[in-house]
Amino acid sequence: MEKYEEKELYLSAEPMKVNLGPSHPAMHGTVRIVVGLEGEVIKHSDVQVGFLHRGFEKECEASTWNQVIPYTDRLNYASPLLNEIGYVLAVEKLLGVDVTRRAKVLRVILGELSRIMDHLVCNAAMCMELGAFTPFLYLVKTRDYIYLLLEKITGQRVMHSYMRIGGLKYDVTEGFEEEVRALFPKVMQCVVDVEALLVKNRIFIDRTVNVGCVTAEQALGHGWTGPCLRSTGVDYDVRKAEPYLVYGDLSFDVPVGTNGDNYDRFQCRFAELRQSIRIVEQALAMLEPGPVMLDLPDMGLPPKDEVYTSIEGTIRHFMIVMKGGVVPAGEVYMATETANGELGYYIVSTGGGGPHKCRVRPPCFANMSAMSQMIDGGFLADVIPTFGSINMIGGECDR
Amino acid sequence: MSKKVVRGIRKGFKDEVLSDHAEHGDFTVVVKPGKLADIVRYLHDDEEMCFEHFCDLTAVDWPDREERFEVVIHLHSIRHGHRIRIKTSVGADDPTVPSISGIYGGANWFEREAFDMYGVRFEGHPDLRRILLWEEFEGHPLRKDYPKQKRQCPIPLREQPPAQPEPFPERP
Repeated sequence: MEKYEEKELYLSAEPMKVNLGPSHPAMHGTVRIVVGLEGEVIKHSDVQVGFLHRGFEKECEASTWNQVIPYTDRLNYASPLLNEIGYVLAVEKLLGVDVTRRAKVLRVILGELSRIMDHLVCNAAMCMELGAFTPFLYLVKTRDYIYLLLEKITGQRVMHSYMRIGGLKYDVTEGFEEEVRALFPKVMQCVVDVEALLVKNRIFIDRTVNVGCVTAEQALGHGWTGPCLRSTGVDYDVRKAEPYLVYGDLSFDVPVGTNGDNYDRFQCRFAELRQSIRIVEQALAMLEPGPVMLDLPDMGLPPKDEVYTSIEGTIRHFMIVMKGGVVPAGEVYMATETANGELGYYIVSTGGGGPHKCRVRPPCFANMSAMSQMIDGGFLADVIPTFGSINMIGGECDR
Repeated sequence: MSKKVVRGIRKGFKDEVLSDHAEHGDFTVVVKPGKLADIVRYLHDDEEMCFEHFCDLTAVDWPDREERFEVVIHLHSIRHGHRIRIKTSVGADDPTVPSISGIYGGANWFEREAFDMYGVRFEGHPDLRRILLWEEFEGHPLRKDYPKQKRQCPIPLREQPPAQPEPFPERP
């Protein structure tokens, strides 16, 4: 066997620069992290985002009010309906209209199902980054059951485009309640299985507890929201603090962590998932028959039989498609709770057919801005799980 | 609730406030750019205000106005449960506003984004460089005079489709 000199085996303490990403198998999503290493310890880091920038705001400014809805799907593609709900609520706030009770309840149900999907896939990715591939498969398989249901209702598997300004595209299919109720045992079984595999697992605990810690003060200053903020112990949920839709009538808890480390973020997501199921069960009991779309002559498309048989219907359809509806001039900020945190739409209207400005306040952009502080001083191997626990979604972060 | 905040700003910074309104329930204060950082510092530190949560920072382009760029800051207080929107306008010749990244760490990236998209500079920002676009990008794409269809490619586009590989020769 070849002999090595002592000094050859010595791990150099001189700083070394290592590039992670943007196209690196370990980095899901396109993000680049340049780390300065001393041995295995990160001394300084620079997080670079923007590789998935598609000019969302520029496209919105050139679109009509209704055309923006499909773009919002592509923000957080793990839970598209929640982004749509945020946008339509912002425009409805600007219009000053209140949608029907059934539409509100359905928005809550579908939104919470999306939240469950998002939490499932985020925790799945985090497990996988620690080498736990079995939980990943369990969780992603479970997410697919929800995808199947949403596909049946909305007609699309991932990019639903189901919300409309003033309500929903159309009512849900028959037997919807039973199908949603049939999901819960499957989801809960999967969560219980995954928790049995991980929560008391020595390797999992060693790799996640006290890794990527953030204090509540740091988190607030960085504008953190959602499960990441709650894992630091701050009890803030937009659904509780400023209830929208029918969240005020529902009873649910806001789970919080204590440490703000990767383990707490993982646990917070599963705890929230259970609360989401609670919310959906209550909302299903509130569901009553009724219309799902308001009659907004300046914004909502008329029914098809009217378009094809009457001149008024044709003109109305034409005007909304070509000119883009009428929204009074003004500005509005609407915050909603998505799976990653507070998604805010700041919309400025000048009275034209489309937004003058359609700003998205992306929750994971704020969350990612603290990434550098979280990984400095830690091990290189912990970068990837920490990154996974933040749940950075490129579509939303880079827009 | 937020009325108290508007009153507080009006009291402490009488000469700075230009106007205020509460459209759709969002309380807004329009201020002069000069003492923006002081106002935000006051909102962050004062016990009554206690805006500990940074929410959003962005800009809006109004090409017809004399003071073209409007910087919009949203702040939120979790303890008191109130929100405030602060707006300030700067001209196109020298679009510079004081940075608030020293007060809220999260403003760092949002200010970089506003600089990237609109070319508004933030005085006192520790590391003001582009964030979503690449360093060599020319112009600021969210300005209204930047054409939507304009292309800038870091890698030159191919003039012709790539040559297809020769098909495998037929077996004899």
